[in-house]
Amino acid sequence: MKRSLRLFIFYASLVALWQFLTGLKIWPPYLFPSPLSVLSALRLGFADHTVPIALATTMKRVALGYGLSVVVGVALGFVIATSRLLEDTVGSLVVGLQSLPSICWLPLAVLWFGLSEKAIIFVTVAGSLLSVTINTVAGVQHVPRIYLMAGRNLGARGFRLFVHVLFPASLPYVVTGLKQGWAFAWRSLISGEMIFVTLGLGQLLMMGRDLNDMSQVVAVMVMIMAIGYLIDRAVFHNLESRVRQKWGLEGSPR
Amino acid sequence: MATLVGISEKLTQKHSKLQLKAVSRSFKTAQGPFVALANIDLEVREGEFLCVVGPSGCGKSTLLSLVAGHDHPTAGEVWTDGEPVREPGPDRMVIFQEHALFPWLTVRQNVEFGPRMLGLPRREWHDRCDYYLRLVHLSKFESSYIHQLSGGMKQRVALARALAAEPNLLLMDEPFAALDAQTRDLLHDELERIWSETGKTVVFVTHNVREAVRLGDRIILMTFRPGRVKSQFRVTLPRPRSLEDPAVALAARQVLAELREEIDMAFEEEYVHEA
Repeated sequence: MKRSLRLFIFYASLVALWQFLTGLKIWPPYLFPSPLSVLSALRLGFADHTVPIALATTMKRVALGYGLSVVVGVALGFVIATSRLLEDTVGSLVVGLQSLPSICWLPLAVLWFGLSEKAIIFVTVAGSLLSVTINTVAGVQHVPRIYLMAGRNLGARGFRLFVHVLFPASLPYVVTGLKQGWAFAWRSLISGEMIFVTLGLGQLLMMGRDLNDMSQVVAVMVMIMAIGYLIDRAVFHNLESRVRQKWGLEGSPR
Repeated sequence: MATLVGISEKLTQKHSKLQLKAVSRSFKTAQGPFVALANIDLEVREGEFLCVVGPSGCGKSTLLSLVAGHDHPTAGEVWTDGEPVREPGPDRMVIFQEHALFPWLTVRQNVEFGPRMLGLPRREWHDRCDYYLRLVHLSKFESSYIHQLSGGMKQRVALARALAAEPNLLLMDEPFAALDAQTRDLLHDELERIWSETGKTVVFVTHNVREAVRLGDRIILMTFRPGRVKSQFRVTLPRPRSLEDPAVALAARQVLAELREEIDMAFEEEYVHEA
């Protein structure tokens, strides 16, 4: 059975079960909304433009924050990887900072940047940049020595060896870093928006809670889930497996 | 008619493409200095096909690294074309056992890498690569990526890439060891043909004596560590040769007889343990 058909049947059954459970009226609807009420909350949100605006705001923020973290993260990764000293010192700091949940940066961000877009972008970048860097450093470390030997043999040195051999050879790990970075960026941003309360999907979710509208809360949760999953699957998963295949790191998918 | 001739003559520098003078290489280890190569003297003529044979661990690959410039001797000198070897370069191309082809480039882009690095004008390297791709019979696959090729094809691309850099020396480190017997046979024929067409000087390292006799003009036998040159043989069999040729098998037997002692020593060192 085709994969997409299987997925559809699975989710359809899940929603049907959910609707069935709410029909049993075990829990009150304000604790356990039905799929139909979630759907109508979504429809309402699109009709009065609150959802499209929130969506656009969030997507804009994540594009900016994630984009920034990729550019800086990859560059930082390559700089760190050039020297053993940097790897041991700055590298350890990067790993340490990465264990901090990105939301911890919010108080500092608000102090530094005020209650502005900059603060929320900062939180997004903080969550994502470090994992991009860590994976980039790993990428450089895992470049098979034989590629570098071949490159030198063919006359590439210094900067040219970097551009033509080291950089492309480290791409599989860099792509994994991009994938992880996206996951962190998305989660950091949504958490930030929930606390920060200024437009965006996170704020929409909190508003639902404030209004005691659980259907809205669940509707936004479903949207957040769907976007995160779709982008991860459609963009990164494919990219990662295609790069790894081409680089000979894994065979064809089943 | 002797097909295998033990030799001990010395060439003069004027004729040599490659010269090793009293080359030694030792490594510092926790157990003390480890001598991989001891006092190697070697000369290779232009256009010669030299095979270096020895038991595993005799330092054959180290020898090749020294010639390529990836490694430096602890004593002695390595000279090519009258110049001392300092660092790796396209004049001494190495072909490894694990292909070092770049997976992010197509076959053609891999072959073009060397000439591009040399800064040649585009038209020149384009034609050059056409020639070498045709030479290894892979023109049809020039837009393929490396992961789409078989093992034998990869080594042919490696050969084309090395040749496209137009090296003075072709250094081959057990390049066919990872391939199946049929592919290896085909590649032996291809290599011999390419060698006679291009006239390159080849240093071919292998542990397979039959392969060495099938391919080489001259065979150098190395001792188990520390690696020294034990003896040399000149192979005077007519070309093109074949692995199945009984004359090749006979000559290989003679070489193997001398190699046997070294192999036994390697075996004892690696497999036999004190209880």
